[in-house]
Amino acid sequence: MLVYLPIAEVSTNLFTLLGVGAGVGMLSGMFGVGGGFLITPLLFFIGIPPAVAVATGANQVVASSISGVLAHLRRKTVDLKMGTVLLIGGLIGSSLGIIVFRWLSALGQIDLAVQLSYVIFLGIVGGLMLQESLRAWYRTKKSGSPRRKLHQHTWVHALPFKMKFRVSGLYISVIPPLLVGAAVGVLSAVMGVGGGFIMVPAMIYLLGMPTKVVVGTSLFQIIFTTAYTTVMHAVTGHSVDVMLAFFLILGGVIGAQFGTQIGTRLKAEQLRILLALLVILVCLKVATDLLIRPDELYSVRVLGGF
Amino acid sequence: MRALWLVLLLLVALPARAGEIVGALSQNRVALTASFSGSEILIFGAIRRTAEDLLAEAEAEAAGGVDYDVIIVIEGPRQPIAVWRKDRRAGIWMNVDSVTMASVPSFYAVATSGPLNQILSPEADAAYRISARQAIRAEQVGDGSPQALLFAEALLRIRERSAHYMALDRFVHLDRDILFRANVRLPANLTEGAYTTRMYLVQDGEVVNQFRTAIFVRKDGLERWLHELAYEQPLLYGFLALAIAIVAGWGASALFRLIRQQ
Repeated sequence: MLVYLPIAEVSTNLFTLLGVGAGVGMLSGMFGVGGGFLITPLLFFIGIPPAVAVATGANQVVASSISGVLAHLRRKTVDLKMGTVLLIGGLIGSSLGIIVFRWLSALGQIDLAVQLSYVIFLGIVGGLMLQESLRAWYRTKKSGSPRRKLHQHTWVHALPFKMKFRVSGLYISVIPPLLVGAAVGVLSAVMGVGGGFIMVPAMIYLLGMPTKVVVGTSLFQIIFTTAYTTVMHAVTGHSVDVMLAFFLILGGVIGAQFGTQIGTRLKAEQLRILLALLVILVCLKVATDLLIRPDELYSVRVLGGF
Repeated sequence: MRALWLVLLLLVALPARAGEIVGALSQNRVALTASFSGSEILIFGAIRRTAEDLLAEAEAEAAGGVDYDVIIVIEGPRQPIAVWRKDRRAGIWMNVDSVTMASVPSFYAVATSGPLNQILSPEADAAYRISARQAIRAEQVGDGSPQALLFAEALLRIRERSAHYMALDRFVHLDRDILFRANVRLPANLTEGAYTTRMYLVQDGEVVNQFRTAIFVRKDGLERWLHELAYEQPLLYGFLALAIAIVAGWGASALFRLIRQQ
């Protein structure tokens, strides 16, 4: 059954959209990630124009993060103060990202920029995650592992403009969280992702936040940054497709329910290895598309549209 | 001697044998709604002739004259486009140069009663801009470089593959040289606007007569409303998108929690 998407101006199979939504929703339920990094490349693949895919991807992340953030707020595992600092950075970053996005679209290089960012970020994050989780898995197999320090003092703790973050138990400069927030904001605007895959490791390893508040706080920041990105893309590029988002979300919420149940049956270390492998797989897929000679060297773009 | 007579007879008969083509469409409105998956349009019509025409024709036919042929062209609204070419830079395939074309049809279908290059002379094709190649001729010339030609060829190739440009040879059925009809399938991915439909009566490689009408394609229902909102009230539309995301995301998980508790 075909549906006509009014903004993308293409007809797509309804079940393909629901399937993409459900598949990504299942993975996001399993691993607790937003899934934006999977949905945007998949939308490219089914023929949605890149500008629409990125803007609608951001909108979908809002939907897939909202129930998570509410659950974390109830459990009080959100550092609202840290979240707000990250968010201020995020809004600045997203605004910059939108400008960069418009500029690259005008240059005709937006596809390349989006693909390259996918390769670089997914490659780095996937590699680090795999290394980390393999080491953790190895440690759990060898009993009697050495205790880890609460957090380590690094160069981050020597910067000025310090602030107390009570929930995280930190007293650090606001510069690193602002920068982390801004970086994630840029990614949200250019790649149509929430940016959890880069923010969570940054919060743990760079800011030294306790793991228990990391997910809730990152979701809190992501939801506002992607909401802002969605509205900005709608205003500057008219590229958010409500119809497309609706079907993706519909598939996504159903898939997420199954994903959560599968996720509870797997061990945390196994889950992290699987997620790392998935991230690397997406990275390799995008990379081969860039390296292999395409069948058609030419492409047609309608001007004045996006 | 007899051959000479024949040629003379033909020359005398030709100007008088201008038939007239009259056509119609099974529908002149196409609504793009959520369930739109392409549309089949029946184009039909007749070739009108006076008694003298018929008489002259009968004589010509006896003398081995040529039959009528019909060409139908459906042209979608013109758009400005850019054609990009990829090349390898530092091991990566990326867009390196582009040619912008100010006005090319978003859709172009040519249905004929016989192979186009056999029933129409290249001169007539150029004069009436019938084939897709002629329709984008102004762009094809570009700055006159051979490169502009390559980009135009790429445009034709890509649009033909996506079924936005179609050469439908022998899709027009001619009935006793009077009635004609053709079924043209419009694809699902249509641009809004007026699709001009030209019908040409062709004889001996030359266009004898033509008829013009149009199909109006527009978004309808919810799609129309959403599209207008997105372009006229983008801020409101952005908030609508957010509201849907929040309600759907939160509502669905609340619903599932409720189901699980029971």
